[in-house]
Amino acid sequence: MAQNTKLTDSNHCQLSIVNCQLRAPIIEVKNLVKKFGRFVADDHLTFDVYPGEIFGFLGANGAGKTTAIRMICGLLEPTSGELKVAGFDGYHEREKIKRNIGYMSQKFSLYEDLTVYENIRLYAGIYGISRKVRLEKTDELLKKLNLEDSRDKLVGGLPLGWKQKLAFSLAVFHSPKVVFLDEPSGGVDPLTRRTFWDLIYEVAHQGITIFVTTHYMDEAEYCDRVAIMSEGKIVALDTPAALKSEFQADSMDGVFLKIARNKE
Amino acid sequence: MIEPLMIKIANIEKSYGDLKALKGISLEVEKGELFGLIGPDGAGKTTLMRILVTLLLPDKGFASLDGLDVVADFRKIRLMVGYMPGRFSLYQDLTVEENLQFFATVFGGTVKKNYHLIKDIYSQIEPFKNRPAGKLSGGMKQKLALSCALIHAPKVLILDEPTTGVDAVSRKEFWEMLNNLRKMGITIMVSTPYMDEANLCDRVALFQNGNVLSVDTPKNITNSFSRKLLSVKIESTAQRFETVNLLKQLKGVDSVFSFGDTIHVTCGQKDMDENSIRKYLMAKGQQNVSVDEISASIEDVFMELMQKVDN
Repeated sequence: MAQNTKLTDSNHCQLSIVNCQLRAPIIEVKNLVKKFGRFVADDHLTFDVYPGEIFGFLGANGAGKTTAIRMICGLLEPTSGELKVAGFDGYHEREKIKRNIGYMSQKFSLYEDLTVYENIRLYAGIYGISRKVRLEKTDELLKKLNLEDSRDKLVGGLPLGWKQKLAFSLAVFHSPKVVFLDEPSGGVDPLTRRTFWDLIYEVAHQGITIFVTTHYMDEAEYCDRVAIMSEGKIVALDTPAALKSEFQADSMDGVFLKIARNKE
Repeated sequence: MIEPLMIKIANIEKSYGDLKALKGISLEVEKGELFGLIGPDGAGKTTLMRILVTLLLPDKGFASLDGLDVVADFRKIRLMVGYMPGRFSLYQDLTVEENLQFFATVFGGTVKKNYHLIKDIYSQIEPFKNRPAGKLSGGMKQKLALSCALIHAPKVLILDEPTTGVDAVSRKEFWEMLNNLRKMGITIMVSTPYMDEANLCDRVALFQNGNVLSVDTPKNITNSFSRKLLSVKIESTAQRFETVNLLKQLKGVDSVFSFGDTIHVTCGQKDMDENSIRKYLMAKGQQNVSVDEISASIEDVFMELMQKVDN
């Protein structure tokens, strides 16, 4: 029951997005530009993401999503514009940004030839978590994911769905302010995909901001707000419900297709 | 006796060490069918396809394409099958045009001879014919790979997850291309992890853990759903986490899953109705709840079948 009360409490800040937006944004992007030579990958992006929000970032292949995420994660210096993540500047405080975010991608997240426990130790070590906290949180984590018996097994031998949950749990192990999920649920069965999203919701309700890219349009519906990129620009940004009514579509798939068609 | 079968698969088994990738698969695909293998990573789709295109030997069982045995007649099969593997496998440092010419020549033909088959697809990338294949965008690579798989006029096309990792627009275009190829009489077997793409096939096999859960037309599969399915719609996404948890606590409910902007609840035919769920959620303080009985999608059925296997 205690847990239920907690959920309801954190729900209050989620209950209306207007409420959320009264708080200072956790990601501030203003006229952000990235050029590679003469090629403009990101062309004056402007948007804010608020604490505890699940923010979906969509776009066709090559639309400029990856470049934008790399800048926001502090991996790439912007060409021009303003960028602040968790209060840190996107030009001069990139190391601090990295320390305050988590990152998980479908392609690479865990070391397959290390055991479950070794992966946890590695992550904890990289983020400077003390031994005491690590030991406490490790037991908690293994129990929650039902991985207690697999503690000393190589990650490479685990089913994909387990790996995904472990990778996500490690991306938030150091309690970052924002976690970036780059196509986190590709290739898993529909049941696993949903239990994975249950995990995402749980973390969002603890106040961690979720920034997620996906090719599954039904997952776009799970986000509080969605930004859609096309040819280096943000062409739509709103709640899924508002986007559907704006583009007169009955699903996000419909919204996406209409935006793409308009471009042609 | 006329046998309209193009692909016949009987009790195929394949293991990698201790891992049983295929646990006795049997399937039949008719000539001219667009047949889908639907299932997540690790279900066995790629292993089955690699056996059919003679790149892998089965441990047990039998498979044939157009009456040719995949083991004994492998040379003949390689001439009549077009295969697009899951990973982009053209020559990245050859140009678009050079790749196409290479594949035509390897099969002893010319681009000109079968150009009619690829015209609609290839014409979209022809403006970039002098570009190295490695420098193409994802959607264009796909079109080139399909052109190369078609240029020797195969009777059967085997496509391993051609739409994985591809955006919604390119996916739609790709399925339109497959539909046109089917109209030309080519038999197509295509695998995908996207459940919604099942509806675009004539028939599908649902794959999970090396087993086939079901084989039928998409319509028959969705009609086979045995439970009552209710769709719960809430006003804002912010409520969803709480609503899902409340529904999971409700007696008589079998499963609760997020589905786009709705939540799908399954229960026995007589256990629950729209009103009782709505009243329950309102009583718990949820606002603007609407509940409707709906018919199942392929994804609903897939999850129901998975749960049956697990039990």
